[in-house]
Amino acid sequence: MAPALAWLTALMVVPCALVLALAFFRRGIYGGIEYTFTLENFGLVFDPLYAGIFLNSARIAGTATLIAVVIGYAAAYAIAATPRRWQPVFLFFAVLPFWSNYLIRTYAWIVLLNREGLITQLLRWFGYTGEPPSMLYTEGAVIAGLVYNYLPFVILACYAPLSRLNPELAEASRDLGASAVTTFRRVILPLTVPGIAAGAVFVFVLSIGNFVTPALLGGGRFQMIGNLVYDQFLTANDWPFGAALAMALIAIMLLVLTAQALAADRAAGRIAEAKGGADG
Amino acid sequence: MSEPRTLLAIDKVSKNFGRVTAVDGISLDIRENEFFALLGPSGCGKTTLLRMLAGFETPNHGRILLDGRDIARTPPNKRPVNLMFQSYALFPHMSVRANVSYGLEMERLPAKEIRSRVDAILATTELVAFADRKPEQLSGGQKQRVALARALVKRPRLLLLDEPLGALDKKLRGAMQLELKRLQHEVGITFVIVTHDQEESLVMADRMAVLKDGKLLQCDTPHAVYEYPADRFVADFIGVMNFVPGKAAGDGVLAANGARISGKVPATLSPGAAAVASVRPERIRLFPSPETANRVAGTVEALAYQGLDLQLHVRTALSPKPFLVRVTADAADRRPVSSGDAVELGWNAADVRIFAD
Repeated sequence: MAPALAWLTALMVVPCALVLALAFFRRGIYGGIEYTFTLENFGLVFDPLYAGIFLNSARIAGTATLIAVVIGYAAAYAIAATPRRWQPVFLFFAVLPFWSNYLIRTYAWIVLLNREGLITQLLRWFGYTGEPPSMLYTEGAVIAGLVYNYLPFVILACYAPLSRLNPELAEASRDLGASAVTTFRRVILPLTVPGIAAGAVFVFVLSIGNFVTPALLGGGRFQMIGNLVYDQFLTANDWPFGAALAMALIAIMLLVLTAQALAADRAAGRIAEAKGGADG
Repeated sequence: MSEPRTLLAIDKVSKNFGRVTAVDGISLDIRENEFFALLGPSGCGKTTLLRMLAGFETPNHGRILLDGRDIARTPPNKRPVNLMFQSYALFPHMSVRANVSYGLEMERLPAKEIRSRVDAILATTELVAFADRKPEQLSGGQKQRVALARALVKRPRLLLLDEPLGALDKKLRGAMQLELKRLQHEVGITFVIVTHDQEESLVMADRMAVLKDGKLLQCDTPHAVYEYPADRFVADFIGVMNFVPGKAAGDGVLAANGARISGKVPATLSPGAAAVASVRPERIRLFPSPETANRVAGTVEALAYQGLDLQLHVRTALSPKPFLVRVTADAADRRPVSSGDAVELGWNAADVRIFAD
């Protein structure tokens, strides 16, 4: 316990405390920090300009989450439906991208999306002659990058409850007269919601604070909170305001995570029952 | 009495999974309102057959006629057939009432009718007090009743039960056997039960089918199957049987030691063919009268007291295994035997069944 605690204190609690403390000071005139107490930085977070960036970030992260959940759940469902011995192979392919660097994976999207990139070339090959479509440096590109990078989390989170679901539950539903769609909606989906929630929270939390993807695929035109924080520290040299923004971001994440933990707690009972239902 | 009407006709049905043949050309008729048991050891194809009746598997060959209509390719949600799963498969996120209502909601019945039918079946299955509970808050026996209520409330033409008592402890099982029979009588629905427990099918079924390696060995009343087994396997699988191996002779079986067991030899057995003579433990008498057709001397090896009766293991020269003999407590009191005693066993030729070996 003790080494873990020391580790956590040194690398997690102390840095966070430092950033938190920083947020209560004033910015020096030529950058740097003036050590007088103020709440101005937090006030500025709620300025319509910055609140708008928060909202925009939430919207982009939310869209990415929605798309990732739909694709990830479908993929997890398909994997759980293959014969047991093949499932580890497909799961391996699903997490394979994690073996390469995040930056490299994101650069790969630039290769795909840029004006003379692979997609444009493919269109040309099919006889397209018009203007190359502008895909890179759009909000869509940012969302695509986020979805792509965090999809494996959703697949893993949804696969767990899907693979543990007693297949006789779906059969019982069919037997009682339900169509495949109704069976999904009334039996399979409600019993796998905790997996969806876990995956969704993961994508949302990681997306809303992301600054690499918007910087590279958004071309700096689509500012998210992550970029804003980055800019405050490294460009504007306003560390106290950057710290306040970072704290606001952490607060949002904690809120989302707490809500998810509470919901998961409530759902834990029925999941335990669902996986224990198989052959006695 | 009118001729019993055939409800379900299984006509030369086969099913294979890859190279494994699970069900091999089975034909069976199940009658209206009967309690029918599919019995066999694990892997005999009984569960596959049941799943084909429910619609979860499609036969490779053959027809399944329900009221004369072929349903072999009808999906499970379009059949007037319901299955009670071995695991019960209750929906863990729904209350007992919601579980039972589910099937009627699928039929899009008016809410009022659903409510009254669910109330009625909950009363029949003594579940009214548990209506608002979740499955996880129920005991094994209660879950089983919910699964039964959920299937029965649909008023299916045919109710399939997959090892319905398998998950219950022995005492509860005995009570539920009678309970199931009572319910079947009350609701007037045809029951087809799958079981590997021969005792269960003897107790509950009106008729039973014995399956092995995907083939039907015998289909008859429990009494007929018990008294007149179709072959050696059925004789051995149902109840307890003593076997004397030997060769078929004109009017019985010649045992290895030269003794003759008198009994009726089936016409299919030619003299000299390998055969077994068999007799049930309860048909054997200790110290028989001299005119008894089959008599043999032996030594009591062991006694097992079983309350109602006494089971003796008697070593004889007829077979490598000791004979099992059942003596009523009454008879045992009149003439007590103990381990090591020399005894004589006797049984009538009419109680001998002879099979190819």
